[in-house]
Amino acid sequence: MISAPRKVACVEIGALPISLSTSHGRFFDLLLQRYEGFLSASRPECELEFDIIDASPVSDEDVSVRREGPQWRLERGDFSARWDPRTGQGSVRQNANPYSLDSVLRILHSLILAQRGGFLLHAASAICDGHAYLFSGVSGAGKTTMARLAPRDVTLLTDEISYLRPDDQTYRAFGTPFAGELAKAGENCSAVVSALFFLEQGPENRIDELPCAEAVRRLMRNILFFAEDPALVEKLLASACDFVTRVPIRRLTFYPDARVWEEVRRFEGVPAHV
Amino acid sequence: MSESYITRGSTIAARVLDGEMIVMNSEDSTFFTLNEVATVIFQAADGRTPLREIVRTRVCEQFDIDPEQAQADAEHFVAELSGHGILLVSDQPLTPEASL
Repeated sequence: MISAPRKVACVEIGALPISLSTSHGRFFDLLLQRYEGFLSASRPECELEFDIIDASPVSDEDVSVRREGPQWRLERGDFSARWDPRTGQGSVRQNANPYSLDSVLRILHSLILAQRGGFLLHAASAICDGHAYLFSGVSGAGKTTMARLAPRDVTLLTDEISYLRPDDQTYRAFGTPFAGELAKAGENCSAVVSALFFLEQGPENRIDELPCAEAVRRLMRNILFFAEDPALVEKLLASACDFVTRVPIRRLTFYPDARVWEEVRRFEGVPAHV
Repeated sequence: MSESYITRGSTIAARVLDGEMIVMNSEDSTFFTLNEVATVIFQAADGRTPLREIVRTRVCEQFDIDPEQAQADAEHFVAELSGHGILLVSDQPLTPEASL
């Protein structure tokens, strides 16, 4: 029996090109559509082969990410994957659901980023006047609201999952296709992070300092990380501490109307040209 | 009086930031910041040095503190952190292997 030919697309998020291949035509079309703005001709650093199975709807089960020898094993009700960081190659069995695909990619990026001093953060991010600003907080704190209130000249990177990598003496935020309530992918561009705001809604707009330890605590609470691996957690804590020393972190109490963006523009964070 | 020996839990990540020791347990994501005295005890938790000696040679030497009060505070601190898996406590010396 001759198996169907595999189709390959390279999806580059956060300057990390990953090739995704499948012989399932409908899934491949879905993949192209979902990551339309993030398709790339770059040489992939990693490769994932997808086998599509019919069963298993998207699951609310807790995800399990663990080492099995040199490989990582990723499992949830709706997917099962292996990835070898030595070769960059992996395989995924999942249904044809885009949410499962998003989850696998987010986990893979979080594992790779952790080794490179970066991380994924539960935060909206946007570029305003050449600066990237991050807006983080618990569900309902206002991430999507900040994205919705953004003036027209602001470029949205994401309303849900921010992608952060160290860049020389500072950090760079990249757009991601991982959308929240806004259901809209971010723009595929990047900028130096000028500030991170932890959101709280209130009767007026104000920006307050946060003690370093409190900033790290909030940051760690909002970093997406799935692996129960002490060595990687150690790296993440080191990255979070480094981030806090390089990027201003503040509490932004805001009244949800467009004036909050004036407050953000006035804030003097890390200069865009750094 | 039996000695107690302390070592760090195997799932602990720790970092000094702005003069404060930040400690996180990766198992349950609990997060602590330690004061100066607690930091000295945490850093000296090698599994081999008795807690009483840590208090006498490290804490009382560095801080102007009553030895009995320092010992009581240290025992309280160790009990609290061991309850969160940050420190492991034994009445025998703990080798690194034993704490894994």
